[in-house]
Amino acid sequence: MSNGELERAGRVVRRGGWITGAALAGVAGIYVMALAYTPVEVRQGPAQKIFYIHAPAAWAALLAFSLVGLASILYLWLEDPRLDRFAAASAEAGVAFCGVVLTTGPIWGKPIWGTWWTWDARLTLTLFLFFLFLGYLVLRQALPDPSERGRFSAVVGILGMLLVPFIHVSVYLFRTLHPQPILIKPSSPSLPPEMLRTLLVSFAVSTLLYVGFVTWRYGLTLALEAREHHARG
Amino acid sequence: MGEWLRRALVVAAKDIRLELRSKTSLLSGTVFAALVLLIFNFARDPTSLSTLDLAPSALWVTYAFAAVVTLNRGFSVERENAALDGLLLAPIPRGALFFGKYLANFAFVSVVEAITLPLFVLFFDLDLGGKLPGIIAVAGLATAGFLAAGTVFSAMVVRTRFAELMLPVLVLPFMVPPIMAAAEATARLLGGRPLSEILGWLRFLGFYDIAFITLCGMTFAFVVDE
Repeated sequence: MSNGELERAGRVVRRGGWITGAALAGVAGIYVMALAYTPVEVRQGPAQKIFYIHAPAAWAALLAFSLVGLASILYLWLEDPRLDRFAAASAEAGVAFCGVVLTTGPIWGKPIWGTWWTWDARLTLTLFLFFLFLGYLVLRQALPDPSERGRFSAVVGILGMLLVPFIHVSVYLFRTLHPQPILIKPSSPSLPPEMLRTLLVSFAVSTLLYVGFVTWRYGLTLALEAREHHARG
Repeated sequence: MGEWLRRALVVAAKDIRLELRSKTSLLSGTVFAALVLLIFNFARDPTSLSTLDLAPSALWVTYAFAAVVTLNRGFSVERENAALDGLLLAPIPRGALFFGKYLANFAFVSVVEAITLPLFVLFFDLDLGGKLPGIIAVAGLATAGFLAAGTVFSAMVVRTRFAELMLPVLVLPFMVPPIMAAAEATARLLGGRPLSEILGWLRFLGFYDIAFITLCGMTFAFVVDE
């Protein structure tokens, strides 16, 4: 019984590893595309290249955190342990992507804005999401009982979803410095086609990387559970 | 509805009676808040920063920390002698239980804030004059907002090993929007600005209170029920 569970977990981990490997190769591809294929931005120069990592990472983090919220609501309703495992894996991947956003942002901000950090609406929101989900992961670690862990972290996930619009509104009352969206806006995207193509590819790659991370983490959780199950006999 | 509210009040009254017998958290919360205010006065250079610039943030940082210290007691008292099991066996809807706990927390934190306010005026040499009603309204709205999430989290962290450490990590992100709004509103009130300038912040606090009290009341059952 336990061996079967462990084998299944191993299969999921391997699948996650393959997807992550393919996505990492894709990340290398984005570097090549961004440096060799896309034109240099007129005003920002080479600093703009970091955009092809920064924006896709932000997209993946947003996707990850939204899915945690969704999985949390469904978990309280259906109490399916798969949803809890998925939420935990997604939160961890989200924190990793959020870390990438919060490090690449200042690297770009220093030459372009002249400052590493500013209390702009989007920066503040990202930072708070990062702290919120760090708290989420810390709480999970402190709760040994799986059912309690699932329910409590789902409640934190749901309350966190409600917090987002409030942070957004409160920081928007200060003036904003972050570039306005150039891709998703009412008029057509204002990018040269090469830049747009590179960006779309990088979004696809970051989504794939997210799927890889979550699958991998999900498999590891399955393996841990199988071992605990085995230890208890 | 009347019965629901009565049960919530019974829970709140129980907590208040318990606290009045020991006075532990009220006393420690107040002393803690006074000490934080004291540190603020020594941590600033009076020649470069005027009191009016620092006062709103000092007040709200103090209130936030004092609230976290006071919140810690909320469910730790229920842990002794497995009192929580008794409370859960009582025929009280979970929403009413949450609201009762929340009201008791609100009472404790308000008392701590009320005792700290004169100290704040004294230390920062302020003239509140006709500004007191405005400050009380802002403090009430902001405190009502962050205590909702705080009550749910204090029920969660008693099940963990490091409850006193875990609570601030969880609750502080939820304190930021109301504290931000309250500090902005307080700064404008102390600066003698017209009421119309803080109406936006008051509305923001009102929305925050309604949203979080409702959602916390709804999710509380998942935290206490097995």
